[in-house]
Amino acid sequence: MSTPLVEAVETIEALDTPARRRRGWRSPSFVVGAALLLAVLALALVSLVWSPYGPDHTDPAARLAGPSVQHWAGTDRLGRDQFTQLMLGARTAMWIGLASVAVAFVIGVPLGLLAAAAGRFAENAVVGVIDIVIAFPTLLLAMLLVTVYGASTAVAISAIGIGVSAEVARLTRISASRVFTQDYVLAARTCGTGPLMILVRHVLPNIWHTLLVQAALAFGIAVIAEASLSYLGLGTPPPAPSWGRMLQEAQSTVSVAPWNVLLPGLAVAVTVVGVNLLGDGLREVLDPQLRQERQAADR
Amino acid sequence: MTVLETTGLTITLDGQPLVRDVSFGLAARDRVGLIGESGSGKSLTALALLGLLPPGMRTSGRILIDGDDHLGAPDRQWRRVRGRTVSIVFQEPLTALDPLMPVGRQIAGPLRLHQGLNRSDAERRAIEWCDRVHLPDPARLARALPHELSGGQRQRVALAMALACRPRVLIADEPTTALDVTVQAQILTLLDELIEETGVGLLFISHDLPVVAGLARHLLVMRTGRLVESGPVDDVLRRPRSDYARQLVASAARVTRLARPSVRREDR
Repeated sequence: MSTPLVEAVETIEALDTPARRRRGWRSPSFVVGAALLLAVLALALVSLVWSPYGPDHTDPAARLAGPSVQHWAGTDRLGRDQFTQLMLGARTAMWIGLASVAVAFVIGVPLGLLAAAAGRFAENAVVGVIDIVIAFPTLLLAMLLVTVYGASTAVAISAIGIGVSAEVARLTRISASRVFTQDYVLAARTCGTGPLMILVRHVLPNIWHTLLVQAALAFGIAVIAEASLSYLGLGTPPPAPSWGRMLQEAQSTVSVAPWNVLLPGLAVAVTVVGVNLLGDGLREVLDPQLRQERQAADR
Repeated sequence: MTVLETTGLTITLDGQPLVRDVSFGLAARDRVGLIGESGSGKSLTALALLGLLPPGMRTSGRILIDGDDHLGAPDRQWRRVRGRTVSIVFQEPLTALDPLMPVGRQIAGPLRLHQGLNRSDAERRAIEWCDRVHLPDPARLARALPHELSGGQRQRVALAMALACRPRVLIADEPTTALDVTVQAQILTLLDELIEETGVGLLFISHDLPVVAGLARHLLVMRTGRLVESGPVDDVLRRPRSDYARQLVASAARVTRLARPSVRREDR
């Protein structure tokens, strides 16, 4: 015989299972986002070992051909296989995206933490710099860098990385400042914990989920920035393929071979939608506050 | 021997004095109660004694810890005494614990810091402390996160964290105000037990006279940033000298009478 109290206890115990906690990972945004991004990542990885044709292979007899068995995505005006270009472009996008997010975090996170931890003067100085960099268009920064150093992958990565780092620094500073005002940081200080240990033990563990979500969004921004730079001829120089340059090259032949514009555009869109959904999904899974609210709603 | 002594402690913000000329001393095994209404400067005084006033506030006077004046000392010097000589427990046990760190590791933090214990030794000691503050199933509970504990259990963790390095003075800043009355009584009993056991000197801050009177032997009464009365608990309760202390004792007595109808009937 079970009393209402026993039933209530059993219900609560049944709700709080590891499987229940893992359920967050099944959020639709997370699954769809991860699937889209994995598809692009798979294209990029496969291109390392195999692609239908070599990157420089041209087929002059089949210029501007439509999709066929030989050329799954058709060819461009030089007779280059578009599917090969798309795969190699995925590699460029992933690499530049990852590298510039890494640059942005290596610059932005320490700067944001410094601003949050240091006194008022240092904080104001860093905030001023961040505001200037945010106001400064990333494309303009890239053009300046390209003018000085010439177009190269490294310059594209630096330009995008520096541009995105300001947003990362801003978010890091805001999240870290919020943690610094918490009672548990004061409690840690009353135990004699120094500022560096407080950063490592309390601040970083409490903000890394926010930063991870930001990393996903920054990756999307970086992919678009890379495509824009290449479209303008400021990104990775030829012959390395890039979605942005595919778009730019297909522009002149858009009336005869519209699919040549469609595919790279679609590739950029799929990647960016993918990482944004992934970011939303990660937020749902990782954000402790949202997680607690969801658990409360479940009960 | 006096561990913590302050003379002429004054705290100002933008030239406005918030705490004025506060002096008292605290030795091991002392039990001092600091009572006063909210905003009277009790908690500010407590923070000042640990060198943790919010930025912008200025202090003058002296804060002697083991005979060394720490007022205006660099943070490095303060960090050596915080948690090791003087510890504090706050009012709100939920926010005073890191929500994402198992409580055992939080108790172990000061042990690693001040006693140089490695992680596994420190966490073993943390489990011992969970046992000493009478948490059930200490080994399992040490791995729990704060939100999995009840309010009373969290305050026990906070006490364990404050006492882990065997400080000689414990400041308890309204440690039971946020708790249910029954839990409040349990925490007070525990506090009483722990200070007997460890010989730590206690500075108990509260606005609740009966609670302070039950635990402290010496009473300081604070109002609008000044100490208005200081003396043994019995003297202050029976023969309050200042007007404010008289009002405080009278209202506490009235509240107690209202809460106990049998006594009220006798009154009539």
